[in-house]
Amino acid sequence: MSEFAFQILLTLDATLRLATPLIFCALAGLFSERSGIIDISLEGKLLGSAFAAGAVASVTGSVYMGLLAAVGVSISMSLVHGFACITHRGNQIISGLAVNILASGLTVTLGIALFQRGGQTPTLGPNERFQPIELPFADALAQAPLLGPVYDELVSGHKLLVYLAFIAVPLAALVLTRTRFGLRLRAVGESPEAVDSAGVSVPWLRYRAVIVAGILCGIAGAYLSTAHGAGFIREMSAGKGYIALAAMIFGKWRPWSALFACLLFGFLEAASSRLIGVEFPIIGEAPTNLMLVLPYIMTVVLLAGFFGRAEAPSALGTPYVKEH
Amino acid sequence: MSSVPPLPRWADVGLLPIINLVIALLVSGLVVLAVGENPLRAIDIMLQGAFLYEGSLGYTLYYTTNFIFTGLAVSVAFHALLFNIGGEGQAYIGGLGAGLVCLALDAVLPGLVLIPLAIVAAAAFGAGWALAPAWLQAYRGSHVVITTIMFNFIAAGVMVSLLAGPLIKPGQSSPTSRRFSENAQIPDMQEILGAVGIEIARSPLNLSFVLAIAACVFVWLLIWHTRFGYAVRTLGHSPQAAAYAGIRIPRTIIAAMAVSGGLAGLMAVNEVLGVQHRLLLNFTAGYGFTGIAVSLMGRNHPIGIVLASLLFGALYQGGSELDLEFQTITRDMLLVIQGLIILFSGALAYMLNPPLARLIASLAHRPREAPA
Amino acid sequence: MEMEEERADQSEAAEASADVNADANANAGGGDASPPAVELRRINKRFGAVQANRDIDLAVDRGSITGIIGENGAGKSTLVSILYGFYTADSGEIRIDGTPIRMAGSADAIEHGIGMVHQHFMLVPTMSVLENAMLGREGGPRLAEGERSTRARMAEVSAAYGLEIDPDALVGELPVGLQQRVEILKTLLRGARILILDEPTGVLTPQEADRLFEILEILKRDGVTILLITHKLREIMAATDAVYVMRRGEMVARRRTRETSQEELARLMVGRDVLFAVGGEPGEPGAPILAVESLGHADERGAPRLTDIRFELRSGEILGLAGVAGNGQSELLDVLSGIAPPQSGRIDFAGRTFTPASPANPSLLRDMGLAHIPEDRQQRGLVLPFTASESSILGYHAGAEAGGGIFLALAAIRERCGLLMERYDVRPPDPGLRCGGFSGGNQQKMVVARELSAAPKALLVGQPTRGVDIGAIEFIHSQLIEIRDAGCAILLVSVELDEIMSLSDRILVMNAGRIVGEAARGEADADRIGLMMAGVGEPAAAA
Repeated sequence: MSEFAFQILLTLDATLRLATPLIFCALAGLFSERSGIIDISLEGKLLGSAFAAGAVASVTGSVYMGLLAAVGVSISMSLVHGFACITHRGNQIISGLAVNILASGLTVTLGIALFQRGGQTPTLGPNERFQPIELPFADALAQAPLLGPVYDELVSGHKLLVYLAFIAVPLAALVLTRTRFGLRLRAVGESPEAVDSAGVSVPWLRYRAVIVAGILCGIAGAYLSTAHGAGFIREMSAGKGYIALAAMIFGKWRPWSALFACLLFGFLEAASSRLIGVEFPIIGEAPTNLMLVLPYIMTVVLLAGFFGRAEAPSALGTPYVKEH
Repeated sequence: MSSVPPLPRWADVGLLPIINLVIALLVSGLVVLAVGENPLRAIDIMLQGAFLYEGSLGYTLYYTTNFIFTGLAVSVAFHALLFNIGGEGQAYIGGLGAGLVCLALDAVLPGLVLIPLAIVAAAAFGAGWALAPAWLQAYRGSHVVITTIMFNFIAAGVMVSLLAGPLIKPGQSSPTSRRFSENAQIPDMQEILGAVGIEIARSPLNLSFVLAIAACVFVWLLIWHTRFGYAVRTLGHSPQAAAYAGIRIPRTIIAAMAVSGGLAGLMAVNEVLGVQHRLLLNFTAGYGFTGIAVSLMGRNHPIGIVLASLLFGALYQGGSELDLEFQTITRDMLLVIQGLIILFSGALAYMLNPPLARLIASLAHRPREAPA
Repeated sequence: MEMEEERADQSEAAEASADVNADANANAGGGDASPPAVELRRINKRFGAVQANRDIDLAVDRGSITGIIGENGAGKSTLVSILYGFYTADSGEIRIDGTPIRMAGSADAIEHGIGMVHQHFMLVPTMSVLENAMLGREGGPRLAEGERSTRARMAEVSAAYGLEIDPDALVGELPVGLQQRVEILKTLLRGARILILDEPTGVLTPQEADRLFEILEILKRDGVTILLITHKLREIMAATDAVYVMRRGEMVARRRTRETSQEELARLMVGRDVLFAVGGEPGEPGAPILAVESLGHADERGAPRLTDIRFELRSGEILGLAGVAGNGQSELLDVLSGIAPPQSGRIDFAGRTFTPASPANPSLLRDMGLAHIPEDRQQRGLVLPFTASESSILGYHAGAEAGGGIFLALAAIRERCGLLMERYDVRPPDPGLRCGGFSGGNQQKMVVARELSAAPKALLVGQPTRGVDIGAIEFIHSQLIEIRDAGCAILLVSVELDEIMSLSDRILVMNAGRIVGEAARGEADADRIGLMMAGVGEPAAAA
């Protein structure tokens, strides 16, 4: 296998790892927004749950306790957002912003109080982290031509949550299209009065949607601190929640398209980190910083309606008020 | 809903915001308690740190300057019912504008020409950065919230690229421009007051503070005393009435966002021309986001914004004392307080409206019923 | 004069309530032992300051088609929304088959066999017909089983009632007639035995409407009880067994359909048929100032709202535009005032011609001397959070009234507003008060003051006295006459027929987006105009 092909393989491998938290968060945003609740608090939930996972895994010594804590913290942050937006019909943007800023402050404040390490958690040991899973025959097949290395490098050797992310996408699609919850969820984001008139509670439906969003963000957060990294460091979400939001919009609020967008944005990140300092014939040094911004630019261009219209759920952002 | 009486204006403007702020501070106190410290002692240290230590007032006012600009920026857009959360990016790019003028011309122009030019550039670049989201909102219907978030990140990418590339000071590795020459630096308050015989302690407070106050007057005049402000407020209260009145809605959206972006850009005057005297990464440090909290608390009015900016200025300056005094609480506590203020003064602003309105209504009715 | 009018009003109300009582007694005394399928007793509902329903009683016989007729805003939709559990009544009782029931939400209504076809369809446009039909009764957490059974049931019901539809079609892509069919199917699939239809033909073509009434007949034969809400007399006469009339939140009469007439219903629905003349002397029309030629306008979805509108408006005359609400009057005002563009035809005003290619805009028209008292004073005519002083320059903020420069001359505006408030009897005359705090009548007087003080050449007026007390009505009417006598041309749009008849020098009648008739002052006859409004009169040649 040529060096170039091997580099590509490594980049794709990194793409999968970098796309994983984006996929969970994008799906979380999708559930929330398809129900009509704008969710810019993906970033905060990601950060909060990353901290919870790191801290609890470190204290209990169990990665799964960490995952559980991450999901719990993320759900409770969702509920704060829901309480403001659903129960009190507050502004969804302001509420999301509050959750994000709170997460920034609380993670570090609590981190310092618990571990006295400037907001970081201690480096996690093997039992406190997710370990790579070698798929069967990976070693044996590694020598096989072409598909061998692909199987060994790209498909095998990831952590549990990476595989879970790729299972979550068809699962989310299935829930949306093939279940009662999914049907009502799609309906409530488009036309809450239709749901109400069918005798279904709009608030409870939306609460369930933001709880699902909480669960998914929680897994993403646990991935950051206990699978991708080896502990929590301050601001470790680093805008990934917003990238996921962009990916979800770029995917037009649909699971498979969102997956595609996450992979694309993950690839851009993976590629840019590999290209730092690499010189190209005409353009000179690779513009890696601009590559990292590309997801945002592409999303704006999409929103402008220049390639196909991205139609948001029509009730998105509007609190449901029955009586005037 | 129909049974809730309307809240009297004094309670809506005065009482409710104060109650919300108190709740936010109480919850912050609980967080301090939770990490094992004494909230009262924290308040004491912050108050001393913000106002009493030598030079601390100057620092407080220096932070206040930033918040006035970003708070005003949010408020102007808000009067047109636009939520500009791109202040951070607009300030960042505004700094680029000021910086480019200084880097290009500080060798040839005297300060009296150069600094005003740089100030104009800061406003123009900030306004320019707001234009694309504004245009997309006005003519393509793309939500300005999402596009301004995206533009914050794009601004960060642009600045990193420029500061690591063309603008980097030759011969160093950290992404920072060269220092501007003396004539591009806005004078410190200490120097100016010293010149007229008033001695104050050294602090980053500079003449930009005066510019911030001027910006308040400007916004007050613009919004409440001009035709343009009238159009903006009409649009913000009722797009239907705006259409009836013949106000050109897309044009008004774009103009309001441009003013908003320009004000955000001016924040860079304080940081870049007043304090840092060079371009560097992340000089906006989240002040653009804090502007949202400031505007919410200040109810989008310049006087309210000055008061809220003072509060946040004091929190920031007092908060930095926390680092020194406590093992467990640091200035990150500020973000907690800020988040709680946005939550209770913003997202949950009207949570207490119904009970408060009922309480006031029942108090108001009681005396009248008594004689009957 | 004013006294007499009030007395007339009172006696009318007394008569109406006597009607209802007599009917209720007849019902109670009748030998029919089975209780009504639906009975409402003393229902009250208030939205803020508006009493939408006041002490409403209603009884609907099983297996009948009962109509509720009334003007837009009479409280019909609120009433049926209460019956469907969408709103909660402030007080009153709902009985189904004689049993009082607790109505906490639409789920309760559905459980009691009530189905509703809303005026604005409760459909999810991005989902298929089948998915819409399943919503709320999916038959389990997984859809597959429910889909199969719903599909089968749908085929059955469709065949039984002639409601054929493709279950896999996307609802948003169906024509409105078929969307309504989905709504009806939905209620039947949920097992509705009582079907409420709120203004079902408002969006239908005449052919679609005829088809709907055939379907309702089939349902009735099958024992379904139907409550039909409409403001169209023709439908009531054609389809119902009994009819209730609502006006301003109250139930004013009940009739057996075969014992009443369109004329009587029109009179009950619109209000007094007593004519009162504030007009005094007729105007002396001068030269035409506004001419409209084959004007057409379609809404955002492309449905035509105005078709081939043509008329002339002369200086010094009041041209009344009569019609039941929702027949294109609002759209006509929007187009004439420059808020909405015309799609065809031309408008000549004060020597300039406006066409779809060169449309007008409100500012330009104002500058040229066209004032506009809009139909909706709260959303358009005023900005409620503004002070009276600020609202007094709405639309004129670029003009001399506001100072004429970049800055607003606030002191002068305030002073002028104070004078206007005195002159137009706005109470309290305080320019610093917020518009939202004034009563409806005083809000309207502020709008009238602003628009009349601009000394316009022509004036568009929409519903000038809707929700306004008697004193303010008198005042506003006299102001309109005064400015007409000063030579202003006035186009008066109102759903109050007596207002049109008492003020206008000429009357045009609109129906379904067209001008269907004209009458001159003096030869105007309420019955004839009422029939034209209902779309049943002989279409007279348009002016």
